Amino acid sequence: MDAEAAKLIGAGLASIPLAGAGVGLGLIFGNFLSGAFRNPSAAAANQPTMLLAFALTEFTGLLGFAIAMIILYTF
Amino acid sequence: MSIFAIATSVAETAAAHGDEAASAGLPQLDPSSWPSQLFWLAVIFGSLYALMHTRFLPAIGGAIEERRDRIADDLDKASEFKHQAEEAEGAYNQALADAKAKAQGIAAETRGEVDKDIAEMQADTDAALEKQVAAAEARITAMKVDAAAKVHDAAAETARAVVEILLDEAPTSEAAEKAVSNVSNAS
Amino acid sequence: MIDIRAAGPMEQFEILPIIPLDIAGIDISFTNSSLWMLIATGAIVLFFFLATRRAALIPGRVQSAVEVLYEFVSDLVRDTIGSDGRKFFPYVFTLFIFILAANLFGLIPSLPYTPAAMHTFTPTSHLIVTLALAMVTISIVVIYGFWKNGLKFFKLFAPSGLPIYMYVLIVPIEIISFLSRPISLAVRLFANMFAGHIILKLFAGFVVSLLSAGGAVMVFGIAPFLGAIAVTALEFLVAALQAYVFAVLTCIYLSDAAHASDH
Repeated sequence: MDAEAAKLIGAGLASIPLAGAGVGLGLIFGNFLSGAFRNPSAAAANQPTMLLAFALTEFTGLLGFAIAMIILYTF
Repeated sequence: MSIFAIATSVAETAAAHGDEAASAGLPQLDPSSWPSQLFWLAVIFGSLYALMHTRFLPAIGGAIEERRDRIADDLDKASEFKHQAEEAEGAYNQALADAKAKAQGIAAETRGEVDKDIAEMQADTDAALEKQVAAAEARITAMKVDAAAKVHDAAAETARAVVEILLDEAPTSEAAEKAVSNVSNAS
Repeated sequence: MIDIRAAGPMEQFEILPIIPLDIAGIDISFTNSSLWMLIATGAIVLFFFLATRRAALIPGRVQSAVEVLYEFVSDLVRDTIGSDGRKFFPYVFTLFIFILAANLFGLIPSLPYTPAAMHTFTPTSHLIVTLALAMVTISIVVIYGFWKNGLKFFKLFAPSGLPIYMYVLIVPIEIISFLSRPISLAVRLFANMFAGHIILKLFAGFVVSLLSAGGAVMVFGIAPFLGAIAVTALEFLVAALQAYVFAVLTCIYLSDAAHASDH
């Protein structure tokens, strides 16, 4: 196989984590909202925790993105 | 620091490969621009931090603090005024109650005096009336006695006259009187 | 036929020197990155100067805005770190406002027909900048952690109250998690800005390609144009959110350092 083609395939494969990050972000925000509707008074206090979870989950997807970029542009 | 290490080594190999590799690579992974970025970041971020720390944040914090103090002061003052108003209201109510009590006292006193006057006047009047009634009664009694005596005399006279006509003999006035007395006493 | 040319998706991230400078063999030229850092910081300074020129008891519009920002970060620091957080407040505030301004100023569209070095540039879309900010944060965490807790700072890696065999598992995980903090902090901000600008560029590039195709096809350019507008709106949200996330994570890490010996 051509090295260029392999590079493109690799970059495509490296964007698969985006699916997992999407599911994870949906779970985080969905669960936060369902909890917040059950007990709205406690919602504000847990917002930083929710954002922390959001940031950590998003990082997984961003790692995939960074790897895709490294594969595409540095090899 | 895996990503960082990978990125650094990758960038270094890319830079080592020459210009065509560097131009194809990510500008972020070109180490030749790093010192300049780090230097200017340090200068600009450092001066921003110094400005914030020494000037802006104390000014804003001071303004907020001052406002908070002022509001707290004003609230304190307001509650003090409220307290004073409540005290004034209490004093007013007290004065009102006092005045009411005094007025009631005066009214009761006056009523008592008037009652006493009325009672005195009534007693005087009663006594005067009683005296008059007693005098009248005495007069009546005297008149009664007088009338009774006159009736007695008239009866005795009449009896003497009746006996004189019937017997042609006039009894003594003492006998007639005695007979009348007997009759009137028996009846 | 309109004569327009789309730049490559990576061109917007290129570092171009404006004033070449060289000290002791190290290239520290004043570049477009430095220029936009300076513009963002200058805007902050101007804004704060206007707000604090007369610290009025009844705040004006600018002062209210600045006070909202102040209270926002102040509450964040107090809620996350606690009473120890007061001394970190200037750092967290500067970090937040700097990242926010740098992100937002990078979203201004470039003026056409200006030299490439004058085009809008997002300093936070460069890994080295975000990594430097993250390393400063982690350095503060480590130095303050050891200063406050002494060797008990290592309890951060070994939470008490676990069965002894669990430590074999927990300690390496905690160490890796701690070491990955600066990278995750740096890469998150960098990749968000980077990816957002690439997507913006892609949509804008579609518009340019469709326009340069000419004829009836040009009408279809409206779709990616609307897409670019929507992505710009999303990028404003991301710019603010990433500045907030950076500040929140900084606070959480500082809170870990302040309370390491507690658990």
